[in-house]
Amino acid sequence: MNIHTIATHLNKLADDTETGFNFDCTPINGEIDVLQVEIIGREEIPIFVSISDNQILCIAYLWGEDEIKTELKANMMEAMLEMNIPMPLSAFAKVENKYVVFGALSINSSLEDIELELVTLSDNSLEVISEMDSYLQ
Amino acid sequence: MSIFKKIITAVRGGATEAGEAIVDANATRIFEQEIRDSEKHITIAKRDLTEVMAKQMQAARELAQLQASIKEHEGYAMQALNQGNEALAIEVAEKIAELESSAADQQQANESFLSSADRLKELIKKSERQLTEYKRQLTMVKTTESVQKATSAITDNFSASNSKLLNAKDSLERIKKKQAMFDDKLKAAEQLDAETPEQTLKSKLQDAGIGAQQTSAQSVLDRLKKK
Repeated sequence: MNIHTIATHLNKLADDTETGFNFDCTPINGEIDVLQVEIIGREEIPIFVSISDNQILCIAYLWGEDEIKTELKANMMEAMLEMNIPMPLSAFAKVENKYVVFGALSINSSLEDIELELVTLSDNSLEVISEMDSYLQ
Repeated sequence: MSIFKKIITAVRGGATEAGEAIVDANATRIFEQEIRDSEKHITIAKRDLTEVMAKQMQAARELAQLQASIKEHEGYAMQALNQGNEALAIEVAEKIAELESSAADQQQANESFLSSADRLKELIKKSERQLTEYKRQLTMVKTTESVQKATSAITDNFSASNSKLLNAKDSLERIKKKQAMFDDKLKAAEQLDAETPEQTLKSKLQDAGIGAQQTSAQSVLDRLKKK
């Protein structure tokens, strides 16, 4: 599995999608290849996919440290921890100064599994921002 | 220091900013080499175990044969005694003593094989646990590194394309607006479809058999028959 296989699959889905979404994928070159996946209509919150030796990581950036109402940070974190298990297929994390939701899949996952993961991750990220609204500036 | 602690320290300490890896590439390579070595050791230990177990089975079989032979000769000795043939009985007894000594040797060998098999099994289990642990730690290091590299690729891409990740609330707002607009369009289109008077009239006329009719298979057939 590599990001180009995923990109080809998602880009050509068009009307055959089982998840009801269309995708626009752009590979980003770097020391490690990253695929920027945009779900049509949700371009503002792209998902970044990278593949390592043993897993596929899908990450959506939520908000930066500077967007949190400082006095409510502890409450926000507690709310995130409480929401972590109920949230399907994804988990919270922090990368540098950004809070993220991510999903990790086995390198042997099918393209359909990856598609489902991406759509779920996107749904989760919208819901999380909406739910955590009161902690953000 | 545990790998977990190392990762936390490195990430907190901003090792990423200096472009410094969590564990330098050379250390990672050594780590990978250690994993390969452990795997090799486990393979060898498993082969040794097979050999020891085979030898143990052989010893057990020989022991059983010797024990059967001892029983048999004891019977012969008794028969000789019953016949009053003391000399023959002594000869048989000597044979039994010889067999018993061999059996004792086999017994010892059998026990020693059994205990080395147990030791090897324990060793293999321990090495396998260690190997799993090595692999888990290496995964942690590699994942941290790959996330860092991916993040820097994403950041570079954003600064290069002069765009940036939006504020979370703004993003959500815009997505919701787009969704609402899409829903509105869909609704409007449905209403428009239902309301167009021209369309309604056309369909009424068609129902009444007036004006241009849709070609049906039957009408085609009728036309052909007329020719």
